[in-house]
Amino acid sequence: MKSTLVNKARTFCMTAVLAVSSIVLPSTVSAETVMDNAPQVSTLRGTAPMNAEVMPPIIDKVENNDLKRQRDYPQQPPTIPHDISKYQLDKNFNKCMDCHSRKFADEAQAPAVSVTHYMNRDGEFLGEVSPRRYFCTQCHVHQLESEPLVENTFVDVDELIKQSNQRAKK
Amino acid sequence: MKKIIHLLMLGWTILSKPAVHLSLGFLTISGFIAGVIFWGGFNTAMELTNTEEFCTSCHEMRDNPFMELQTTIHYSNRSGVRAICSDCHVPHNWSDKIARKMQASKEVWGKLFGTIDTREKFEAHRLQLAQNEWTRLKANDSLECRNCHQFDSMDFTRQSKRAAKQHSSALANGEKTCIDCHKGIAHKLPNMEGVREGTSPH
Repeated sequence: MKSTLVNKARTFCMTAVLAVSSIVLPSTVSAETVMDNAPQVSTLRGTAPMNAEVMPPIIDKVENNDLKRQRDYPQQPPTIPHDISKYQLDKNFNKCMDCHSRKFADEAQAPAVSVTHYMNRDGEFLGEVSPRRYFCTQCHVHQLESEPLVENTFVDVDELIKQSNQRAKK
Repeated sequence: MKKIIHLLMLGWTILSKPAVHLSLGFLTISGFIAGVIFWGGFNTAMELTNTEEFCTSCHEMRDNPFMELQTTIHYSNRSGVRAICSDCHVPHNWSDKIARKMQASKEVWGKLFGTIDTREKFEAHRLQLAQNEWTRLKANDSLECRNCHQFDSMDFTRQSKRAAKQHSSALANGEKTCIDCHKGIAHKLPNMEGVREGTSPH
């Protein structure tokens, strides 16, 4: 299974929480026991000392096949099936909208951003993409061809319904 | 006025007289050598203004476009082949180069009067500066891109599907040129509001 950026972010957050808790929580315990009992925490920096530069890991290949992926749950923002490195996405310019805007979607044959992106928080429709939906990568992420860093126990909603139906039958 | 005309006449009589003491051979050879030195010196001086050190010796260029270039593939990449300012901004062809260098005198003016000497001023001029370059590259069919990127050597099978599609159609039939789609690849784009096409590949 391929891991997502979300997975990576999750791992990072977990390690960060672990790192913080291992510093904060055992304040009453003596230093030696902390060293012995604390789990070996590894951050993105690895075990490199703070004053040393670490060799950055090799960047995994970005999935670039332009094939739509299945959504794991109905509300999931679709993942980006192509490379978006070096795409400018800032106050001045939004590269994604070169193909995904209403105007260009036909020529580019790219899925146009859905109508919800043109709605403001009060549900009113705007002529342009709403500012709160402007930064695409807040929700939509590209995919890396890499192994998952942690085990994923996610269960699809269809599977959940099936299970609950089976339980009800019993 | 009379004095000037008199001086000119005097100069002409000196120049038009055949040499009395110097041999024709000496004059020819020394003229040839002087020509080589002048021509070589001229071109060397012009090449000096084509170096990255020269371009980034002003803070305007060093702090804005050069900083932005450094995060792009034209500066840092896996094989280490890179472009310097003049590779994209100065034509390689000699006569075109001279024309561009003469135009660049306006940039000296800008430097003297501090047209873009702060970040704010640079941002305010960014659209205009960018459009100058887009217009130039559009007019010369992206000549500076093509100095390195040969269309005939493009292997579409090694490109992504979308890239191959665009390159084998719109670029191949001359409908589009590199800059039509590849804007903002070496520097950040200005505020593109109102610039309809953007970097759109269609």
